[in-house]
Amino acid sequence: MNEAARRSAEPPGCAPLAAALAARTSYGRLLALLASRSRDIAAAEDALAEALATALAVWPARGVPDNPDAWLLTAARRNIGRARARGATAARESETMQMLQDERDAAGPLPFGDDRLKLLFVCTHPAIAADVQAPLMLQTVLGLDAARIAASFLVSPAAMGQKLVRAKRRIRDAGIAFQVPDAAQLPARLAAVLQAIYAAFGNGWDDLKTRDGLTSEAIWLARLLCELQPEQPEAIGLLALMLHCEARRPARRDAAGAFVPLSAQDPQRWDAAMLHEAEALLRFAACFGTPGRFQLEAAIQSLHAERVLTGADHGTALLALHDLLLRIAPSAGAAVARAAVLAETDPAAALDALAALTDRCADYQPWWATRAHVLRRLGDGDGARVAARAAADRTGDAAVRHYLLATLQD
Amino acid sequence: MVRRHGHERSDRMQFTLLYLETAAEAARGESAEAPAYWGAWGAYMAAMGAAGIMVGGNALMPPATATTLRIADGKWQVEDGPFAETKEQLGGYVVIEVPDLDTALHWAAQAPCATAGSVEVRPVMPSPGA
Repeated sequence: MNEAARRSAEPPGCAPLAAALAARTSYGRLLALLASRSRDIAAAEDALAEALATALAVWPARGVPDNPDAWLLTAARRNIGRARARGATAARESETMQMLQDERDAAGPLPFGDDRLKLLFVCTHPAIAADVQAPLMLQTVLGLDAARIAASFLVSPAAMGQKLVRAKRRIRDAGIAFQVPDAAQLPARLAAVLQAIYAAFGNGWDDLKTRDGLTSEAIWLARLLCELQPEQPEAIGLLALMLHCEARRPARRDAAGAFVPLSAQDPQRWDAAMLHEAEALLRFAACFGTPGRFQLEAAIQSLHAERVLTGADHGTALLALHDLLLRIAPSAGAAVARAAVLAETDPAAALDALAALTDRCADYQPWWATRAHVLRRLGDGDGARVAARAAADRTGDAAVRHYLLATLQD
Repeated sequence: MVRRHGHERSDRMQFTLLYLETAAEAARGESAEAPAYWGAWGAYMAAMGAAGIMVGGNALMPPATATTLRIADGKWQVEDGPFAETKEQLGGYVVIEVPDLDTALHWAAQAPCATAGSVEVRPVMPSPGA
């Protein structure tokens, strides 16, 4: 069931029930348990939705059970059995009857474990198309509906719904197991999980206009991953990176809604608790002594934040981090970000660095914005204006566009 | 502990591994490198046999030996050669029985043609009564 439907279905004045259902932790945990053996996520979702609907109808009258999750799990398993029996042979039905008997025998709270880690790995299995991995994770672990996810990923709800249905069918039919990868596969598979979480975050981050951004959901997923796999420095690094960015959210727009670049932000408006947590996580990750992409990106954000807070110039350290990042995880984005740092000390070298990226960055807004900044520093006002206009034409964010166009007046 | 039920999916699935080779790779089997080529395939098949996962399979004669038939307007059209000329050709196949896709992919990755070609892994459709 999607969150909106769940919320609208909540009867008023039933706080314990609302609390039980609102607990994100229950949805993903129950779904993972229901799907992990059958691999049939769609069937598990239907069964869980039905169980939740039954709970809404039954609990207000009979009271919330001592262990709501165990109650929901039992009800959902029964629903799965019933759904199977509807389309099954006589032989199957007798198995289902046996299962129902088993369920009756299992009176009292069921002890159960946590299969959500396996669910995260299934959603990001290399046999699942890359563009549906993050949406699949958001839906199965957090219970978000396709329309909400579609809004964040800028596709139509129908298209997103189809992608998700196809991916779930594939998991069921292709034989993708619910299991934690073995040691040899783990680093690559974990990287895919991190990538998908970051994709969910990025879609919420890029467009501040939509209140439907999924940044808090992405942070929640990263927390979950860190809880389930506590000794993975890159997972900790990703959480630190996202917290650094999220901490600045309140300061990214002024009272009038205009874009405020980082260097001009008022750190008083940053979320201090998030910032401190990010810093602590980064230090903890560093203890493992295995730097990676996300730790480096978090460290870069940490230095940026410190410069705004204290005015300390970390230009050399910043450039070193960017160099390392480019070596570990080369990308156009990382190369442009490095050029932006280089522009502070050596704008001519920065211009050369950008020129080397021309072919790959024709439609990349940050490349044009950085180029405008570099040309302005070099005293080329006309060139800077051309680049700023090109950057403005390449952003979907009205506030950023307004900011870039305002620099044309300089 | 999650209790297991008799009706749950069985623990093993059958997958077909289709071995696709480039023409150059396939030609090694009839060149001076033939002993190395066949030795690698032999070791690979033996490993799967020893693992107890083999259901069946065959190596195929080259595409040049293929005959393709289709029926149009009730008439047989028989052609010399494979259905389509492609960059990679089907060199053989096996059916294995393993717990999941990752295990099937693990075996696909050991195939001598995984580097100079590719392996297509497909679940075998379960029979309705299974």
